[in-house]
Amino acid sequence: MRSAASFPIRDSLLPVVGVVVLVLLWYAAIAAKLVDPVLLPSPWETMKAMWTGVADGTLLHDFLRTVERTILATLIAMVLAIPLGIVLGSWPRLYLALEFVIDFFRSTPASAMFPLFLVVFGVGDETKILVATFGAALVILFNVAYGVMNARKNRLLAAKVMGASRARILFEVTLLESLPQTFVGLRNGVSLALVIVVVAEMFIGSADGLGHRVFEAQQLLQMPDMYAAIFAAGALGYCLNLLFQVAERRLVHWSGK
Amino acid sequence: MARLAVALKEVPVVDVPHVTVRGLRKSFGSVTIYDGFNVDIPRGRFVSIFGPNGCGKSTLINLIAGLIPVDGGEIRIGGKPVRDVRIGYVFQNYREALFPWLRAIDNIEYPLRVAKVPKAERDARVARLVAKFDVKIDLKRYPYEMSGGQQQLVSIMRALIVEPEVLFLDEPFSALDYEMTLFMRDQLQHIFNETRMTMVLVSHDLEEAVYMADKVLLLSRAPTTIADYPEIPCPRPRNPETLVDPVFTQLRGHCLDVFQREVRKS
Ligand SMILES: Nc1ncnc2c1ncn2[C@@H]1O[C@H](COP(=O)(O)OP(=O)(O)OP(=O)(O)O)[C@@H](O)[C@H]1O
Ligand SMILES: [Mg+2]
Repeated sequence: MRSAASFPIRDSLLPVVGVVVLVLLWYAAIAAKLVDPVLLPSPWETMKAMWTGVADGTLLHDFLRTVERTILATLIAMVLAIPLGIVLGSWPRLYLALEFVIDFFRSTPASAMFPLFLVVFGVGDETKILVATFGAALVILFNVAYGVMNARKNRLLAAKVMGASRARILFEVTLLESLPQTFVGLRNGVSLALVIVVVAEMFIGSADGLGHRVFEAQQLLQMPDMYAAIFAAGALGYCLNLLFQVAERRLVHWSGK
Repeated sequence: MARLAVALKEVPVVDVPHVTVRGLRKSFGSVTIYDGFNVDIPRGRFVSIFGPNGCGKSTLINLIAGLIPVDGGEIRIGGKPVRDVRIGYVFQNYREALFPWLRAIDNIEYPLRVAKVPKAERDARVARLVAKFDVKIDLKRYPYEMSGGQQQLVSIMRALIVEPEVLFLDEPFSALDYEMTLFMRDQLQHIFNETRMTMVLVSHDLEEAVYMADKVLLLSRAPTTIADYPEIPCPRPRNPETLVDPVFTQLRGHCLDVFQREVRKS
C-alpha cells in the first residue's frame, strides 16, 4: 500500500484524473464496439469538430449568442427580482399574501410558458429571453425575500439599539445579511436561464445559439458537431456558475464563517 | 476626558436613581412576565441581575433598552425616555451581534457613523478608546478571524464608543472559556472603575454577579418580582482576595439562599 503522501500526482492535478478516465472509457467503448460508431464518434473527432467550429467562427458565434441571451435574461431578472424581493422580505404580511402565487409559478416548469409567451411576443429573441427571465426572476425573488425575512434578528437589534433608522438598518444590515441567500438565488437563476435559453433555441424558430446547433447537428447526423456543441454548452454552464461563485466569495467573504 | 475626571470625584455616596421602572407590564401571549414591576437602578453604580431561568432577566433589560415594546408602565433613564438616551448594549451571542462584513475597527466605529459624527472625530475617538484597553488585538481583522474573547471585547468597545449613559450586558461572558471569562471580568471592572458609568449585567453565575456588583437584583419566578436587592459593600478594585472576604462570602451565601427559596416556590 502506498501512503497518500507518496501518491505520484499532485492534489491540484487530481481533477484531471476524472477527465482522463472519462476519455479512456470513451475510447474503450469505441474499441469494444459497444455503440454504433455513427452515434458515438471518438474524442479526437469531437475535439476536431470543436476546433473547426471555433476556427471558422460558427461554433463561437452560436456560443456567444447563447451567452448573450442568458446574461440578458439573468440581468433583467436581477433588476426586477432583487428590489421586489427586498420589498416582499421586509414586509412579511405582503409576502404571506403572495407566497402561494410565487411558489406556484416557481414550481411551474418555465418551458410550459413558451406557448403563452409566443402568442404575446412572437417567435423572436424576446420570447426566448423573457421566458428565461421569468424562470430566473422567480427563483431570485424567492431567495432574496427569504434572505431578507430570515436575516438574524440579533444584528438588526444591535443596529436598532445604536439608534439606526429603519432605512439604515435595511440597507446596511438586512441587505448584507441576506446576501448569501441572494447568491444562492443568483446561481440557481443563471443555471435555469441557461437551460431555458438552450431549449428555446432548439424548438422556437431559432437561427443560432448552442441549442439550435445541437438540434441541427442531430438532424443532419453530424455527431462530432453535436457533441462539440453539447460540451460547449456544458463549459458555458460551468463558467457561469464559477463566475457567480467567485463574485460571491469576494463580495460575501464572511459567508459560512 | 474632563467628564471622566469629574465623574471619578463624584462617586455617589447616596444612591440617585438613574433608571426608573414604574408599573411595568409585559406578557408573551398568555404568559405574564411582568405585572406592575418597579425598580430603580442607581446612577454610576454596577447592578447585577440574577434569577431563575426564564424569569425575565433578558426581557427586563431589553424593555429598558427599548429593544422590545412594553405592554404598560413607564421606563425613564435620567428622566428621559430611552429613545433620547445614548445606551450601550452587549449581547450574549457576539457572533450574531457584530457585523461580519465590517472589520473590527469599523464595527467599533459604526455607532458613531449612525450618530453622524465626522470622520476625523470618529478616528480620534476610536483611537482613544483603543488606548484605554491594554489588549493587543489587530483591529484590521474581520470578526470571524478573531477568538471569541476578542470578538466580545470588540462588542464591548462598540457599545462604549458612544460614551453611553448606561451599559447593558446580557450574559456577555457565558460563551467564553473560564480563563477568558476571568480576563474579561477584570477588563469590565477596569472600565467601570475608570468611567463609573451605570452598568447593568445579567449573569447566570451567582459568584460573578456578586463579584462584579454594587447591588444584586435578585428576581423571583414569573410573574416576576424583586426577591431581594442587597448592597455589596466590598471595596474596589476587586480581585481574587475579594472571593474569600467574609463580607463577600456571607452575601453570596445570602443571595444563594434567596435564589433557592425562589426556585423552590414553583
Ligand atoms: N419573544 C418572545 N416570545 C415569546 N416568549 C418569550 C419571548 N421572549 C421571552 N419569552 C419568554 O419569556 C420568559 C422570560 O424570558 P427571558 O429571556 O427574559 O428569560 P431569562 O431570565 O433571560 O432566561 P435565561 O436565564 O434563560 O436567559 C421565558 O419564559 C421566555 O420563554
Ligand atoms: Mg436571558
